[in-house]
Amino acid sequence: MSVLDSKIPSGPLAEKWTKHKNDINLVNPANKRNIDVIVIGTGLAGASASATLAELGYNVKTFCFQDSPRRAHSIAAQGGINAAKNYQGDGDSNYRLFYDTVKGGDYRSREANVYRLAEVSGNIIDQCVAQGVPFAREYGGLLDNRSFGGVLVSRTFYAKGQTGQQLLLGAYSAMNRQINRGKIQSHTRHEMMDLVLVDGKARGIIARNLVTGEIERHAAHAVVLASGGYGNVFLLSTNAMGSNVTAAWRAHRKGAFFANPCFTQIHPTCIPVSGDLQAKLTLMSESLRNDGRIWVPKKKEDAKAIQEGRLKPTEIKEEDRDYYLERRYPAFGNLVPRDVASRAAKERCDAGYGVNKTGQAVYLDFASAIERYGKEKAFSSGNKDASHEEIIKLGKEVVEAKYGNLFDMYEKITDQNPYETPMMIFPAVHYTMGGLWVDYNLMTTIPGCYATGEANFSDHGANRLGASALMQGLADGYFVLPYTIGDYLSNDIQTGPISTESKEFEEAEKSVRNQIDKLMNAKGDKPADYFHRKLGLIMWNKCGMSRNEKELKEAIEEIAELREDFYKNVRVTGKPNVKNQELEKAMRVADFLELGELFAKDALHRNESCGGHFREEYQTEEGEALRDDENFRYVAAWEYKGEPKEAVLHKEELVYENIELKTRSYK
Amino acid sequence: MKLNLKIWRQENKDAQGKFENYNIDNIHGDMSFLEMLDVLNNQLVEENIEPVEFDHDCREGICGMCSLQINGEPHGPDRRITTCQLHMRRFKDGDTITIEPFRANAFPVVRDLAVDRSAFDRIQQAGGYISVNTSGNTQDANSLPIQKENADMAFNAATCIGCGACVAACKNASAMLFTSAKVSQYALLPQGKVEATERVLNMVDQMDKEGFGNCTNTGACEIECPKGISLENIARLNREYLSASLKG
Amino acid sequence: MGGIKTSIARKVAMALSGLFLVLFLLQHFTINFTSVVSPDTFNEISHFMGTNFLVQAVLQPILIFGVIFHFVMGFILEAKNRSARSVKYGVYNGGANASWMSRNMLISGAVVLAFLGLHFYDFWVHEMQVKYLEGDMTGLNQAGEFRYYEETVAKFAGQPIRVGLYVIAFVFLMLHLLHGFASSFQTMGVNNKYSSAIKKFTKAFAIVIPLGFAFVAIFHFINH
Repeated sequence: MSVLDSKIPSGPLAEKWTKHKNDINLVNPANKRNIDVIVIGTGLAGASASATLAELGYNVKTFCFQDSPRRAHSIAAQGGINAAKNYQGDGDSNYRLFYDTVKGGDYRSREANVYRLAEVSGNIIDQCVAQGVPFAREYGGLLDNRSFGGVLVSRTFYAKGQTGQQLLLGAYSAMNRQINRGKIQSHTRHEMMDLVLVDGKARGIIARNLVTGEIERHAAHAVVLASGGYGNVFLLSTNAMGSNVTAAWRAHRKGAFFANPCFTQIHPTCIPVSGDLQAKLTLMSESLRNDGRIWVPKKKEDAKAIQEGRLKPTEIKEEDRDYYLERRYPAFGNLVPRDVASRAAKERCDAGYGVNKTGQAVYLDFASAIERYGKEKAFSSGNKDASHEEIIKLGKEVVEAKYGNLFDMYEKITDQNPYETPMMIFPAVHYTMGGLWVDYNLMTTIPGCYATGEANFSDHGANRLGASALMQGLADGYFVLPYTIGDYLSNDIQTGPISTESKEFEEAEKSVRNQIDKLMNAKGDKPADYFHRKLGLIMWNKCGMSRNEKELKEAIEEIAELREDFYKNVRVTGKPNVKNQELEKAMRVADFLELGELFAKDALHRNESCGGHFREEYQTEEGEALRDDENFRYVAAWEYKGEPKEAVLHKEELVYENIELKTRSYK
Repeated sequence: MKLNLKIWRQENKDAQGKFENYNIDNIHGDMSFLEMLDVLNNQLVEENIEPVEFDHDCREGICGMCSLQINGEPHGPDRRITTCQLHMRRFKDGDTITIEPFRANAFPVVRDLAVDRSAFDRIQQAGGYISVNTSGNTQDANSLPIQKENADMAFNAATCIGCGACVAACKNASAMLFTSAKVSQYALLPQGKVEATERVLNMVDQMDKEGFGNCTNTGACEIECPKGISLENIARLNREYLSASLKG
Repeated sequence: MGGIKTSIARKVAMALSGLFLVLFLLQHFTINFTSVVSPDTFNEISHFMGTNFLVQAVLQPILIFGVIFHFVMGFILEAKNRSARSVKYGVYNGGANASWMSRNMLISGAVVLAFLGLHFYDFWVHEMQVKYLEGDMTGLNQAGEFRYYEETVAKFAGQPIRVGLYVIAFVFLMLHLLHGFASSFQTMGVNNKYSSAIKKFTKAFAIVIPLGFAFVAIFHFINH
């Protein structure tokens, strides 16, 4: 019998959420004033939750490591946010969004959660428009949509290539309103160092003030972790430099189960790695796959000539190009889901058809889109027999209007003009579907500790569809957590303020201080970055886009060794009681070094391929992922037992009552 | 390439700061400016010297966390990018690069090159929002058509990343471009009109309290803004402010 | 000026007083220019301006107030702006993002202000002396003709130093106007489809008017 109770309400799928909202306990407005909630992280999930909780009347304290709540990494999301509005009249519905998400996640997500997500998705758009989020509009003044990978409808709302920014600034503005009302206390440049449990319940945190180095105690009746994903365990990812697993990992160490850590999304369209000292990778929005065609040369000798710089992509004739996604997946073509597109790119590069110096890149070509748009534009502006040059010029203008900022960004980084020569792209770590295990109420296995957004595991299964992360973050924060948390807090109306003078706070603070001392006193000579880089290489090479038993076992050993090496040989310069970025980094790397091992352990135990998790031993003859629903149709939730290798597996069986499990096909 | 770096070091906001010289070698043109600083910092740690503190996060030009005054210009010599998008191919072997924090009394130095820009947050808190509840009972998004032209202008204003380059570039350390971007975004949308009067008065009031200088229309902010926020927004802010003041 | 408390209000006051002074410049130049075309017209207008009650008792004080307000406010703003950045940059490449004119309004303004001292000494002090201390409101010289034209000419004819100083001052006035005139529209919130036309007009004005003043001075220097 599993210890995991997902608390999914009974009843028909479409009525579960409404029924649940009617059934759960509420806290009356007068009592909310006496209840404090801590929110860690101010990205979409954290900022939206803080704003709504404060608006409902709770006293909210927010924490972020950045210098302003507005800088959380949700801001970097480019392409868009999904919502089943069916404004385009192309047959979209809550069910279809639900279905696409479960299928896109390769049947490893929870039906009830995903349906709820689809159900509230439309409301997000209403909410954001009311807040003044400037979504893209059509000439008629109504909202515009575009299409994203893995779906057959246009349901993605966007604000040029800066959708995440606009949504986050919307949530940040809602937060500002509550800060101005005195209902939110915002703590910036603070890092959560530990979760404090009193009588088995989450009752506060220990935080480090990153400017003064002070170790602070903060108490509350509940703690919400909206601290994002852990893609930086790979070092090179599209995450921000500061994105880290520390908050989630400390909660894990205190008893929150960590679910499906190996489910990582490798995004197919990133700018390829350019050098050994690179610090991060840059994403090129998935929206580019609406118009860009992905290809590599058909002939190996052409690929070789390109790698050696003897041949230019524009010199390769149409019939000598292999548009491998269109070839392999005629129904979805260039818009297959991310995991599929990434693996296909890797397959071509491994076979020797890659196109940059290292052979680790494929082309994303806009030439035919430019020509197509140019023709349309020439035709619609009355120029029926435009010359080729005129068509190309007009086409470039259209493409510039759609993707100008992305093209500029590409040129700034690579020094190549994507209007003239195809972009080079390669998959990179982007998002982690895994995260803290939560029930239907978004509560972790620690009572009173909640996880929202990318920090939890719940909605995307083994692979996330494009434009769904923003949807989930805001759904959790605006519409789900603020209600479900009331059910728990209704028991706390008579608790009164939580004291920070208890022995639990004392102990937690002491353990944080001990860890800091241990790192400050390490007698090594290597910066934390050195270990992070090594960890990243192990993760990418052995737990990356494709995994096998042998390498995963090696990875587990190597990470454990590296962890030992780290504590011996790291050097943290300076003092702990001032701003000290080396100390910040070292503490984050320490947690990544534990998570990395659990990640490999999880990948090793899952003897199947699904979504972003591809085990070489489990594939079809055509090289597609081979799922094992019989044995692995469950969420793997790991319980901390001291060392990552001691972690204990708990299974939450996934039940599919409204959807038929099928082999995912995009052909 | 080899470079000579002249970097501002300052222990904390009250300490006296000064420039230190550092030499760095093996810098590649494809590296970003911040990757160059990463290399310097790792080198310093290995020499057991405290590395240079600087703010950075997304490293793709959108979070607004990175700053740096590079050779006398915020975000360096290139236009329409942030420091994290500046690449070393822009510099030559043997160059001396002076790196300072964004300077303004309203942006006290936290340490070395990192500054405290919370004044910007406080300006936003004074009115940079629409007072609508977030708990979900709003009208359908498409029940309010908005002229595309205005929606696009509002979007352009809303792309401000709050990095503070406008303040850093301005000879008066004025925050008008930043403030005007938010005021404009809401002034251009029907949702924002309801509170327009109070918003502009409160935000300008807070801006003044923070100790920023006055705008003298030099236009430096627009040139240095990594997102190209237009001076039109400042004109709009002036207009909004004037009409709000007249309304009382 | 204590009543003008916010940054934008001060800026608007600066713009309005500036615009008022621009109008005055236009009027002043128009009158000056008649001295080149028709000395008689110049004499008549000068006499009217110098003796009309409204001009003398109402407009003149307003003008003086405008000038004083503009430069006092200018100095206050400059001082405030400087104090907004007490630790200066080690390297500041101001030329990279803003014109010299826009960054140095204080310098161009101060030069114009210094010139005003000379100009007042040259003309205004003398007028006040004759009209209000000596009580001679006739505007006539000993020969019984209007004195204004000949007095004006006398200031420039054979006076290379004064003409030189005037020309230098007009160059600075030009620099001041090149930024200030256009800038006042921006401050008043004018930024629309007419903006580029306004910019062109203000630029042309900023160049033509000071050149015109200089031309008048040089004309009298050369022709007499």
